[in-house]
Amino acid sequence: MKEGPLLEAVSVAKHYPVKKGIIVSRQVGAVRAVDGVSFTLHRGETLALVGESGCGKSTTARVVMRLIEPTGGDIIFKGQNVTNVAGAKLRALRRHLQIVFQDPYASLNPRLTVADTIAEPMAVHGIGDAASRKARVQELLRLTGLRAFHADRYPHEFSGGQRQRIGIARALAVEPEVMVLDEPVSALDVSIQAQVVNLLGDLQQRLGLSYLFIAHDLAVVKHVADRVAVMYLGRIVEVAGKRELFSNPRHPYTRALLAAIPRPDPSRRGAVTPLGGDLPSPLNIPPGCRFHTRCPVAQAVCREQDPPLREIAPGHTAACHFAEDLPRFDAEADGGIAPVAQRRLAAYAAARERRALAAVPAP
Amino acid sequence: MSDSLLRVEDLRTVFRSSSGDIAAVDGVTLEVPRGKTLGIVGESGCGKSMLSLSIMRLVPNPGRISQGRVMLEDRDLAALSPAEMRAVRGGDIAMIFQEPMTSLNPVHSVGDQLMEAMRAHDAKASAAELKNRAVEALRRVRIPSPERRFAEFPHQLSGGMRQRVMIAMALACSPRLLIADEPTTALDVTVQAQILDLLRELQKETGMSVILITHDLGVVAEMADEVAVMYAGRVVERGTAKDIFEDPQHPYTIGLLGSIPRIEEDRERLLSIDGSVPPPFAFPKGCRFNPRCPFVIPACKEADPPLRELGPGHRAACIRAPVELALDIAA
Ligand SMILES: Nc1ncnc2c1ncn2[C@@H]1O[C@H](COP(=O)(O)OP(=O)(O)OP(=O)(O)O)[C@@H](O)[C@H]1O
Ligand SMILES: Nc1ncnc2c1ncn2[C@@H]1O[C@H](COP(=O)(O)OP(=O)(O)OP(=O)(O)O)[C@@H](O)[C@H]1O
Ligand code: SF4
Ligand SMILES: [Mg+2]
Ligand SMILES: [Mg+2]
Repeated sequence: MKEGPLLEAVSVAKHYPVKKGIIVSRQVGAVRAVDGVSFTLHRGETLALVGESGCGKSTTARVVMRLIEPTGGDIIFKGQNVTNVAGAKLRALRRHLQIVFQDPYASLNPRLTVADTIAEPMAVHGIGDAASRKARVQELLRLTGLRAFHADRYPHEFSGGQRQRIGIARALAVEPEVMVLDEPVSALDVSIQAQVVNLLGDLQQRLGLSYLFIAHDLAVVKHVADRVAVMYLGRIVEVAGKRELFSNPRHPYTRALLAAIPRPDPSRRGAVTPLGGDLPSPLNIPPGCRFHTRCPVAQAVCREQDPPLREIAPGHTAACHFAEDLPRFDAEADGGIAPVAQRRLAAYAAARERRALAAVPAP
Repeated sequence: MSDSLLRVEDLRTVFRSSSGDIAAVDGVTLEVPRGKTLGIVGESGCGKSMLSLSIMRLVPNPGRISQGRVMLEDRDLAALSPAEMRAVRGGDIAMIFQEPMTSLNPVHSVGDQLMEAMRAHDAKASAAELKNRAVEALRRVRIPSPERRFAEFPHQLSGGMRQRVMIAMALACSPRLLIADEPTTALDVTVQAQILDLLRELQKETGMSVILITHDLGVVAEMADEVAVMYAGRVVERGTAKDIFEDPQHPYTIGLLGSIPRIEEDRERLLSIDGSVPPPFAFPKGCRFNPRCPFVIPACKEADPPLRELGPGHRAACIRAPVELALDIAA
């Protein structure tokens, strides 16, 4: 029998009141940062949450981790409603849900050594003694591709990619079941980004972790996710398995996002018509479908009725009145990588492999 | 080629430090073709911004150009007096930056700043005429209801709008060369697509040359005619966009291409490059990529390889290119 979801968000909302007046302050509106978001995360899977700046990804993550209180909705962890748990139960929950932040520079305490940084969550949760924590730190350094001697260094002595590895090691220290990765590679250079993406994949395989992977870069998501949820202005507008979402997107916003990604292939240049208009403010969400002000296929009904997120095929949901009526998505008229470039990439991979083998003495 | 507007020759820009001069740009040679776009790509810290600031003669203290020429047609910008250079900046060359908020003045309206920029080029125009031109300039960068936006302040505009205003200001002097340093890096992809589209159209309209600096190979492929790949203060490969993407020669270029996640592909693992970019005070001897390069041989650690022609106009600074042959020999 299939296991139920590990983590579930049900109609989660987070509204920030906007107040006016100095002496008698009154609420004049609300920033609807997250406005009714539901999703499930299963054991061992990666669910990607993608969308443009300000659409509510980080807020959603913080609400499900109980780092901020929701305005509405429920959070279910392993079948238990944990929306209102406190004290020891909340601490236990926090142990199982760990977060890695975007900015590897800001998210580490500059005064703690790497060993102390990684061991801190174990101390907080009362796991092990000094000796066992020390051993665990060494294990985590190995696991995340750092070296034993790094333990006594300070964060400023590391590059961005290494700092992100430290952040990952720290999150792993308490053996969480779910890792929330909030743009874990956005601040990194591409060559380093690739190292961290590969590391996250390896760790997931070895440890059976579930990832809620937040990103704005759909190309990265294509490489890490099992399922993808696309957010727009505080709502999820489409969810599907990765292959399905990229080959058969059914929400006009998902299509616009996919089309806007610049492809590393000069022969495809200028192929897209960019989406018009500006993102509306979350203080002032348009009535009806919240995407209608920018949607290329909007009709009268879109201005009046808010389309619910509904199943349009097994495992594929979309919030658009015309989800089924959109034309076939002419997926990448595939140029792919040119043959010569392909050969060079293969040579590079082979040479790296050979060097790695040469560096490790045969057993 | 004689058909270039700008030619940078063996340019070196250094920062003085206690342990001697540190070269952020070290012997860069490149050309910007007339009416075309040169893309400069490389990872953080490789010297892209220092190179563009050197061309503009805006290198911050204590940095300075210590060697080389910046030929705008037959004038060497590196040798101009500060006053002459100011005239070039306000006339022939304009620049836009990554973060438009920091280059716009928050206390003046968008329209006032635009009029100011225009007055600098045309002291005789009346206020009414400048206002007309400013509104027209906003329209030209596709800002909706430009009359209303004219009176607004930078914080009232979205990031994409602000970048449009910056472009309008840069174009106020009808430059022959526009240098855009990561103009879309801070923007969302849908907004980025709008801005790139706008830049392309404006280039078509005006025939200006563009230097587009980015770390995003996708943006390069989308925009550039010619490409220079930078690593650790040097250009390691130059060629047409087709050369770089279809026939990459330098191991760094190959590694970069393998590191980018591609939407049309579903590889389980990305190639990635081992290690990270060294800071300028720790550049290794020989080829600067050698500690990270899978094709390294002892000779790579001896001398820094010069750019070598591997096809018409296609050059790479690697003694082992083409690498698939190097691999066979090593095997
Ligand atoms: N404490 C707060 N008070 C008021 N508004 C807030 C607060 N925190 C977030 N917001 C607003 O809520 C919206 C969603 O923010 P959030 O940080 O979740 O977006 P995001 O999708 O993570 O964006 P990014 O990609 O930029 O990180 C934004 O409009 C933001 O300005
Ligand atoms: N004032 C300074 N003193 C010493 N070194 C400096 C100074 N300013 C910049 N540098 C160094 O010059 C090198 C090149 O920097 P530059 O800003 O040109 O990189 P970049 O390629 O534009 O990177 P990014 O993609 O991060 O913008 C960097 O290693 C930087 O540390
Ligand atoms: S519901 Fe209408 S406006 Fe919204 S995405 Fe679908 S077609 Fe566009
Ligand atoms: Mg965020
Ligand atoms: Mg820069």
